[in-house]
Amino acid sequence: MRVIIMGCGRAGSLLAATLDEEGHDVTVLDINEYQFERFLPETFRGRTIRGNGIDQDILRKAGIERADAFVAATAGDNRNVMASQIAKHIFGVQRVVCRIYDPIREEMYHNLGLRTTSPTRVGARLLKEALEADEPPAGAPSGGGE
Amino acid sequence: MYIVIVGGGKVGFYLAKELVEANHEVLIIERNSPKVAEIAESLGEIVMRGDGCEAAIQERAGAGRADLLLAVTGEDEDNLVACQVARHVFHVPRIVARINNPKNELIYRKLGIDGTVSATSAIMSHIEQELPTHPLISLLTLRRGFEIVEVRVPPEAGVVGRPLRDVLLPHQSLIWGIVDAEGNPKAPTADTVLHAGDEVVAVTLQESEEALRAALTAPPVPRSF
Repeated sequence: MRVIIMGCGRAGSLLAATLDEEGHDVTVLDINEYQFERFLPETFRGRTIRGNGIDQDILRKAGIERADAFVAATAGDNRNVMASQIAKHIFGVQRVVCRIYDPIREEMYHNLGLRTTSPTRVGARLLKEALEADEPPAGAPSGGGE
Repeated sequence: MYIVIVGGGKVGFYLAKELVEANHEVLIIERNSPKVAEIAESLGEIVMRGDGCEAAIQERAGAGRADLLLAVTGEDEDNLVACQVARHVFHVPRIVARINNPKNELIYRKLGIDGTVSATSAIMSHIEQELPTHPLISLLTLRRGFEIVEVRVPPEAGVVGRPLRDVLLPHQSLIWGIVDAEGNPKAPTADTVLHAGDEVVAVTLQESEEALRAALTAPPVPRSF
C-alpha cells in the first residue's frame, strides 16, 4: 500500500515506522524538517518531504495522485480536516483517515463521511477504564489501607 | 441582516465597520483577547471572544439566525472549517470565505462553498494583463465553476487563419467576443476567422481552462500522410 502521512509528531512518526516495517511504501510530510530526525527511527526507508499538506502542489510532490491511503495527523484539527477533504474530493484517494482532537468537530466530519478518529475521546475512555479497574497493575504500590 | 464575521483581523474589522455603518447587525468572533478589546473599544460591543470554528461558539454567536457568515481569518483551513460548521450545523443561507491560496478555491467549491474571495487571485488578475507572456488571463469567476477568461492567439497557433467552426473547444466552453490586434471588438460567428494577436474572451469551466488555452494557442498538429 502506498500511504502518505501528514504530520511527523509522536503518533504520525510511530505509524510511519510501523507501516514501513510492514513493508508499505510510506511518505511522511511535515512543515518542520527537524521532526523527521527527532521522531523517525534510523531504519526508516520511506520518503520524507517538508511542506504543508493543505497545499495541493506539495501533496502532488508527495505522490498523492498514486497514493492508496492518506493519514492526516498534524496537531491542527482544521489542517487535518482540510487536507483530508482535499485528498478525498480532489485526488480521489480511496482510504483517508483524519485525526480530530475536538470530539464535537470529529462527530460532524464523521457524519459528513470522513473516516475520523479522536484521540481525546479514546484517551478519556482509557483513563476512565484505568481509573475504574478493580486490580491495581502488578508491581504497583498497593496503598496504605486504613 | 444579521451577519457573523469569523476573524477580527484587518479584513474582519473593516468589514464590520462598513456593515455597521450600513445599519446591519454584526458580530465578530475573534480568538485573541487583546484584539477583542481593541475591536470593542473602536466599534463597541459587537465582538465575542472565541474560536469561530467551534460549533458551541457559533451557537452562542447566534449563527442559527444569521443571514450571512463571513469567514475571514488569515488561515484557509480555519475559514473552511468555520464555513462547514455554519453550513452543516446552523444552515446559514449565505457563506463567504476569504482564501489565500487561489488553488484552494477548488476544494471550497467541491464542498459546496461557492462564495470565495482571494486577494491573491484579485491582485494576479490585475497584473496578469500587464504580463505579456501570460497565455490565459482569468477575468472573472462565476458561480458553478465557470469563469470568464481572455486568451491571446499567438502567431504560431494552429487556429490562425481558420474559422471558428474549425476550432475544437473543450466541453462547456463558449467564445463570447474577440478583440482584434487593432483593438476592434467583434461578435464572433462560426465564420469568424482567427488572426494572430486576437484577444479571445471566453466562458469556460475552471477545469477546462488548460484545454481551452491549448485549443487556441497550440501550434498546428503535423499531418503524417
